[in-house]
Amino acid sequence: MRAATRHLLSIADLGAAGIEELLRLSDSFVEVSLRAIPKVPALRGKTVATLFAEDSTRTRLSFETAARRLSADVMTFHAASASTRKGESLRDTAETLAAMGVDAFVVRHSCAGVPVQVARWVDACVVNAGDGAHEHPTQALLDCVTLRQVLAERDGRAVEDCGVEAFEGLRVAIVGDVRHSRVARSEVLALSALGAVVTLVAPGSLLPPSLDGWPVEVSHDLDEVLGSTDVCYLLRLQVERGTAARVPTAHEYSTFYGLNARRARSMPEGAVVMHPGPVVRGLEISSEVADMPRALIRRQVSNGVALRMAVLFWLLGPDRIGLEGPDMDRIGAGHPGSTGDALVEVGGA
Amino acid sequence: MLLTSIETVKQVPRGLYGSGGAQVAERERKLTPPRGGVFVPRGQVLSTEDVHRALTRIAHEIAEQNRGLRDVVLVGLQTGGVPLAYRIASVLEEVEGVAVPVGTLDVAFYRDDIGLRPVLPEAVTDISFDLAGKVVVLVDDVLFSGRTVRAALDALADYGRARAVRLAVMIDRGHRELPIRPDFVGKNLPTRPDEQVDVSLDGVLLGEVVKR
Repeated sequence: MRAATRHLLSIADLGAAGIEELLRLSDSFVEVSLRAIPKVPALRGKTVATLFAEDSTRTRLSFETAARRLSADVMTFHAASASTRKGESLRDTAETLAAMGVDAFVVRHSCAGVPVQVARWVDACVVNAGDGAHEHPTQALLDCVTLRQVLAERDGRAVEDCGVEAFEGLRVAIVGDVRHSRVARSEVLALSALGAVVTLVAPGSLLPPSLDGWPVEVSHDLDEVLGSTDVCYLLRLQVERGTAARVPTAHEYSTFYGLNARRARSMPEGAVVMHPGPVVRGLEISSEVADMPRALIRRQVSNGVALRMAVLFWLLGPDRIGLEGPDMDRIGAGHPGSTGDALVEVGGA
Repeated sequence: MLLTSIETVKQVPRGLYGSGGAQVAERERKLTPPRGGVFVPRGQVLSTEDVHRALTRIAHEIAEQNRGLRDVVLVGLQTGGVPLAYRIASVLEEVEGVAVPVGTLDVAFYRDDIGLRPVLPEAVTDISFDLAGKVVVLVDDVLFSGRTVRAALDALADYGRARAVRLAVMIDRGHRELPIRPDFVGKNLPTRPDEQVDVSLDGVLLGEVVKR
C-alpha cells in the first residue's frame, strides 16, 4: 500500500483540525449544490465504488450523488448480487473491483472493522460508510456541517467566518439506542473533539456495556436534560439488531424517551432537533416535532451530499504533499471501546 | 524599496471580505505559493498609487467599451482578484454613477492540475446574480500560464451563458501555455518563469519563492 493513500475510517483519525478542514471544504460544495448546474469536473476520470454489504439506500445514494456531482464514475456493488451468493469472499470481491481500477471504496458492512480490513487489502482510498456498531464518520461530519450553519445563523455571521470554536460548550443530548448506534459513536467523538458537552440519554439496557473512556455524561431522564440542551439528537431504535428485547414495549419507550411536542417546547429557545434517519414517527419522535422548524432532519440530508463531496475530494483531489492521512498501524487506537483488528458481529451477543 | 518580509506587505485590507478578511489572508498565506516555500520579494514594481492609477484606468476602459455599463458584471478570482474587482467597481460607481454587481469565483474544482499539486478551494464562490446575457469582466491579479483563466471560463459556463467574457489583470507576466489574452492590463511585466509576482492594493512586488 502506498504510504500516501488516505482513508476516512474513523473520526478518531481526524482530530479537531481534520474535522475543521473538512467542514471548511464542505462550504464550497454547499455552494456548488445550490447552483443551477450542481456539478464540477474536479474528479473527472476517477472511479468511486460503493461496496455495501448491508441494506442502505439513503447513504449509498448520497455517496453516489456526491461522486457524480464531482464528475467521478460510480460503480455499485450490492451484497445481494451474484458473486457473494456464489460464495466469493469479501476480500476477493474488493480485490476484483480494485483490479478494475477503483480509486475510492465506500464501504458499509454489518461487522465493525471491515472498512479497516478493506483498506489493508486494496490500493485505494477507503471511506467508512458505517461498520456495525463501530462508526459512521460521514454522518457525524454532516451533522457538524449542519450545526455549524445553525450556529453561524444564530450569531448572524456568514458560515465561512464561523470557526469550530462555536462548538465550544455546546450542550448536546444524544437520545435513544446508543448501544447499537454507530452514529452515536462517531457523533460523540466528533462533537467532543470540537469541545461540545455530550450527554447520553437512554435506559440502561440501551447503553453500551461499558462507557469507559467515553467523554460523555449519562442520564436516564429526558425531561431533566432537555431544559438545558442546545441540540437534541435522536436515534432510531434498531429493531433489526435486537432492540425489541431491550425495551418493554414501544409505547413505554416512546413515553419515557420519545420527543413529543410538549418536550420539544420545554427546550431552550433556539435549541434544535436532529435525527440521522430513517425517522420512525410516533416512536422516537412525534410527527408534530419532526415537522417543526427546529427539526433539522431535511437539512441534514441535503448537507450530506455536500459533505460527502468534500470527503471524496479531500481523499482523491488534492495532492497529498504535506497532508498526512491516518497511520495504518494506529487506526482505531484512539477509539473508546476499540476492538482493534477483531471483526465483531453486531447484535450477535 | 526593498522589502524583506512578506508579512509586512501581504495584508488584505479589512472590510473588503467582511469580518473574514483576516482569515482569508491567513489561508492565502498558507496556500501561496502553491508548491510551498516562502515568497521573498526582491523589489517593488508598482507602488500603492501606481496600482490605484492602473485600476482607475482599467475602470475607465471598461466604461468606454461598454457605454452605460449596461449588463456589465465583475467577477474577481479568489483570492488575488477579489480586492481588485471591488476597487474597479467603486471607481465605476464614482465615475459613471452605476453600481456594477461584483461576484467572486474560486476555480479549484475546475483546475486541470488537480492531483499534480495541492488544489484546495481558498474561499467560497459567491455569484448571486444571473450571468445569462451579461458581459462578465473576469478580474485577476496575475496572468501567467492562462490555466486559471481557462478554469474560470469553464466555471462561468456552469452559472449561465454570458453574452461576452472579458479579462482584466493587474500584471501580465507572459509565459502563456494556452491561447488566452487579456483585454485590460495594469502592467506588462517581463519575468523569468521561476520568479513570483505578488499583487495587492498596496503595490506589486517581484521576487522569488525560496524552498525551505
